[in-house]
Amino acid sequence: MAGFSIRPCGDFRTTYRQDTRIFDTTYIRNAAILGIFAVAMIPFVLDGYYVNLFIQISYFAIAALGLNILVGFTGQISLGHAAFFGFGAFASAWINNTTGIPVLLSIPLAGLMTAAVGMLFGLPAARIKGLYLAIATLAAQFILEDFFARAEWFTGGSYGAAANPINVFGYEIYDDFSFFYVALFFLVVMYLLGTNLMRTRDGRAFVAVRDHYLSAEIMGINLTKYRLMSFAISSFYAGVGGAMYGHYLGFVSAEGFTILLSIQFLGMIIIGGLGSVKGTLMGTVFMVLLPEVMESGVSALSVFEWASSTAVTDGLAYIKEMAIGLAIILFLIFEPDGLAHRWQQIRAYWKLYPFSY
Amino acid sequence: MNFELLFQLLLNGLIVGTLYGVVAMCFVLIYKSTQIVNFAQGEFLLIGAWVCYAFLVEMQMPFWLGFLFTLLFMMAFGVVLQMVVLRPMIGEPIISVIMVTIGLSIFFQAATKWIFGATTATYPQVFETRSVNLLGMQIETAYIMSFVISLFIMAGFYWFFKYSKLGLAMRATAFDQQVAQSLGISVKTVFAMSWAISALVSGVAGIVIGMVNGVSSALSVIGIKVFPAVILGGLDSIVGAIVGGVIIGLLENTAEFVDGQYLHWGNLFSIAPFYVLIIILCIKPYGLFGTKDIERI
Repeated sequence: MAGFSIRPCGDFRTTYRQDTRIFDTTYIRNAAILGIFAVAMIPFVLDGYYVNLFIQISYFAIAALGLNILVGFTGQISLGHAAFFGFGAFASAWINNTTGIPVLLSIPLAGLMTAAVGMLFGLPAARIKGLYLAIATLAAQFILEDFFARAEWFTGGSYGAAANPINVFGYEIYDDFSFFYVALFFLVVMYLLGTNLMRTRDGRAFVAVRDHYLSAEIMGINLTKYRLMSFAISSFYAGVGGAMYGHYLGFVSAEGFTILLSIQFLGMIIIGGLGSVKGTLMGTVFMVLLPEVMESGVSALSVFEWASSTAVTDGLAYIKEMAIGLAIILFLIFEPDGLAHRWQQIRAYWKLYPFSY
Repeated sequence: MNFELLFQLLLNGLIVGTLYGVVAMCFVLIYKSTQIVNFAQGEFLLIGAWVCYAFLVEMQMPFWLGFLFTLLFMMAFGVVLQMVVLRPMIGEPIISVIMVTIGLSIFFQAATKWIFGATTATYPQVFETRSVNLLGMQIETAYIMSFVISLFIMAGFYWFFKYSKLGLAMRATAFDQQVAQSLGISVKTVFAMSWAISALVSGVAGIVIGMVNGVSSALSVIGIKVFPAVILGGLDSIVGAIVGGVIIGLLENTAEFVDGQYLHWGNLFSIAPFYVLIIILCIKPYGLFGTKDIERI
């Protein structure tokens, strides 16, 4: 986000345009473009395990950005994001299977369908906020989960739905190597869209609704419209992320989209930093890598006798879950502004080093 | 119409509903006095039930002693939790507070599964007769006991908030923290005590349900069932919590009856409260007894 970073001394912003630039300096912009190229090299350098992790990060990061637009920028609370993520996965598979629309097109279409569903469940947001909204979205989570298990025409019921691989100009994308580039493309596009959204009138309206909704209303912002819009955009992102997930795995089952995944999404944006686009990505990386790190940590500890006992190895799934809960709690207590804030501090430290005043 | 089944289910609903009411009451207690929404209420039940199980089965204590130790444990647990995790959250935005309790909830759920295993365990038999005959229907003794304990807890709450000094202090704090503090009430103690009481009573509810259904992680689902109940009754009303709990219990069992007899959808009974929840939030967000908050700029 523009507005936080440190610029060279004497570099003042003189116009509003300058203040809202995505990249503060040309150097940062070039570094970001170089960074994307560097990431694009990953499949050539690292092995399949890391490519798979990156793909996971990309679809979760897209959905998490949607949640951050809703929670971090508009100040609404949603506990049902995983259900929308799942809806996108089913919707894309359904569109592709029934109408034959190519997958690359059915992914954004699934996003639009999810946006419509999100608006439906966002309707209570027109009247309620805060805690009440959190509980309403919790209900949405359970209702949609029930719907997944029940609606066989749409989801295949308990058998799940098959999702075709992505087809780009006649190329079937079925392996991780080529899917990586599709994921990277979607990630960059969705993040650019998200960053730009916050520079528009609508984006500023979201922030105004978050900061003081009564003042925002007095200033002429239509609360109902913007709350619903925020729900729609958030669900759109969830839908796109979910659709990618579905087409990546090739199969969508109704069991994967539980409340735990919703909590993980919330964890991503809290750990990353509420109201920060960059932070969302950091938080997602943290949340995806955390179980992997726990797993390798446990296997590294297994040289000790107490750690190689069956209690530890069998309980690995529970240890991972506990780590997620603990990470959320510790971040909220010790670093409520998230990794994005910490990143700024580290940068400020090096910028001013060794004279930190 | 199968009246006998309907009547049996409604009776079930009443008994389960009073238990929901008790748990909802604990939830409201925390919300009212500390303004914290406790998403980990279900895990209190879970922990209470498992700790009691550990005392009774693994340490072979007699029931009354194990029960007493569980009460002490839950009380200490509530106080420690409030001091370590929730005191730093005072004054934080509502999303942080909600997330902290959600984090606690997944942490304790995973921890109990890790320590005690994911399978259902049963308590040793406490009552000699499994069921008694009442008005021509077989009712499990444990159900009757749970109903009696629920009523007893409710009466206890009534006495506590009406007559005891600490209860009055808690009500004063809920009404206005600053005024209460200036009158010499230690708000810190009140916060700690409300978590302690809530954990203790939820623990008792957990043991009671554990006796009927066995102890497993399914107990924590009650913590989610509480939300329809408290929203229906109004978030900050103790009476509302009880009424809401009973209504949700009855509703669930009516839904099961309708589902089983006519619709055959499968699991309407577990999802019906959430449809009701959405409808209430759209029509009457502050519930039956809740106070509508008025905001000034």
